[in-house]
Amino acid sequence: MGGLDSFLFSFFNAKVMASYLPMIAQGLGLTVLLALLVVVAGLALGLALAVLRCLGVRPLNLLIIFVVDLFRALPPLVILVLLFFGLPAAGISVSGFAATWLSLTLVLMAFSEEIYWAGITAVPKGQWEAARSTGLTFFQALRMVVLPQALRIAIPPLTNRTIAITKGTALGSVVGVSEILGAAQSAMSFSANPTPLTMGAIAYLVLFIPVVALGRWIETRFAWKR
Amino acid sequence: MDEFLFAFLNGEILREAWPILWQGFLYTLALSAITVPLGLLGGLILGLLSTSGPRAVRWAAAAWTDLFRAIPPLVLLVFLYAGLPFAGIDVGAWGAVAIGFFLNTGAYYGEVLRAGLGSVPRGQMEAARSTGLSHGQALAYVVLPQAVRNVLPDLVSNTLEVVKLTSIASVVALPELLFQARQAQNATYNATPIVAAAVAYFVLLWPVVRVISRLENKR
Repeated sequence: MGGLDSFLFSFFNAKVMASYLPMIAQGLGLTVLLALLVVVAGLALGLALAVLRCLGVRPLNLLIIFVVDLFRALPPLVILVLLFFGLPAAGISVSGFAATWLSLTLVLMAFSEEIYWAGITAVPKGQWEAARSTGLTFFQALRMVVLPQALRIAIPPLTNRTIAITKGTALGSVVGVSEILGAAQSAMSFSANPTPLTMGAIAYLVLFIPVVALGRWIETRFAWKR
Repeated sequence: MDEFLFAFLNGEILREAWPILWQGFLYTLALSAITVPLGLLGGLILGLLSTSGPRAVRWAAAAWTDLFRAIPPLVLLVFLYAGLPFAGIDVGAWGAVAIGFFLNTGAYYGEVLRAGLGSVPRGQMEAARSTGLSHGQALAYVVLPQAVRNVLPDLVSNTLEVVKLTSIASVVALPELLFQARQAQNATYNATPIVAAAVAYFVLLWPVVRVISRLENKR
C-alpha cells in the first residue's frame, strides 16, 4: 500500500465507518443529552447562588465564595474521579453518567455564579434604589430591573464558558460512559482501526462548530458599545 | 463518621502514599511549565496572524482557532496518542501532550491575544514605526505590552485552565498528580490519595483563582 492508501485505510476506512456509524451516532446522542442536562442544571444552580449572594448575608456569602472558588480551582477530571471512585467507599455508588453530569454541573455552577455576580454588580446602584422607591419589593426589583440588565452583560462570557465546560463531556469516557469519545474508543478496539476516532472528532465538530460560531455571534451582538 | 474518616482522610494511607503523590505534584508543575509556554507560543502566532496578516491568512487563522476550540482536548490527546501510531507515527505520551496542548490551548490563548492586539489603537504602531523601530521591534516593545495588559485577566484565567487541564495527561499514563493518586488508590483500595490530590490542586490553584477574581472586578 502506498502512503496515501495506508493513511486512508487507517483514518477514513469506509468499511469501518459503515459498520460503526450507529455506535458513534448513539454516542453523539448521549453527548447531547449529557450536555443539555449539564447546561440546564449548571446555569440554574449558578443563578440561584448569585441570587442568594444578593441577600447580603455575610456567612452565607463567604460559604458561596468558598464553594465557587473550590470548583473553579479543581480540574473537572479530578472532581469526576473523586466522585466516581471515591463515593463508593462511602457506600454511595454512582453511575459514570451521573458522576460526569454532577461534576460538570458543579463546575458550570461555579463559573456561571461568578459571571452572573459580575453582571449584577455592574448594574449601577441607582437602578436598585429607583426600583425600590417605586414600591417594588427586593425580589421584584431583582427580577424585573436588575437581572435583565445583568444578564445582558453576562451572556457573552457565559456562552463561551458554557461551551468550554460542555466539551468536558468527553471526560465521561474515563469512567466508562459511551458518549462520543467512549464509543469511538470501544469501536477502535473492536475494529483495530482508528477510523472511529476520526468519526468521533467529526461528530464533535458537527456538534460544536455551530455552537462556537453562535458564541462568536453572540459576543458581537450583545457587546455594549464602550 | 469513623468509617468516613477511614475511607477519605486516612492518615496511615496518606503517609504511605505521600512520596509518590509528591512526585506527581512535581510532575504536574513540570508539565505546566512546559505546556503553558507552548500554548502561549501557539496563541501568539495565531493572534498575530489573525490581526496583521493578509485577509486569507486572517480567515485561515480564525478557522483554525474555531476548529481546535470545537474539539475537546481529551479527544485530541487520544487521537494523537492512540490513533497516530496506526499511521506509523508514534509521538509517545509526551509528544501527544505537547502537540495537543500546543493546538488546543494555543487556540484559546490565540483568541485572547487577538482581542488584546485588536484593542491597541493603530496609531501606536504607526507612531512606533515613525520613531525608526522595525515592525518586529514596534510589536515587541510597544504593541504587545499594551495588548497583554489589556487582556491580563483573561490570560491569567486561561493559564489556570491550562494547569488544570494537565490532569488529562493521566489518561495517557504520564505520572502526574492525578495519575499517581489513582495508582495509590488502586494499591490501597482507599480514596484518601485522591482526596489528597484534590487538596493539593486546591492549595496550588486557589491563590490564582483569588487573583483572577480581583483582576476581573477591577476592570
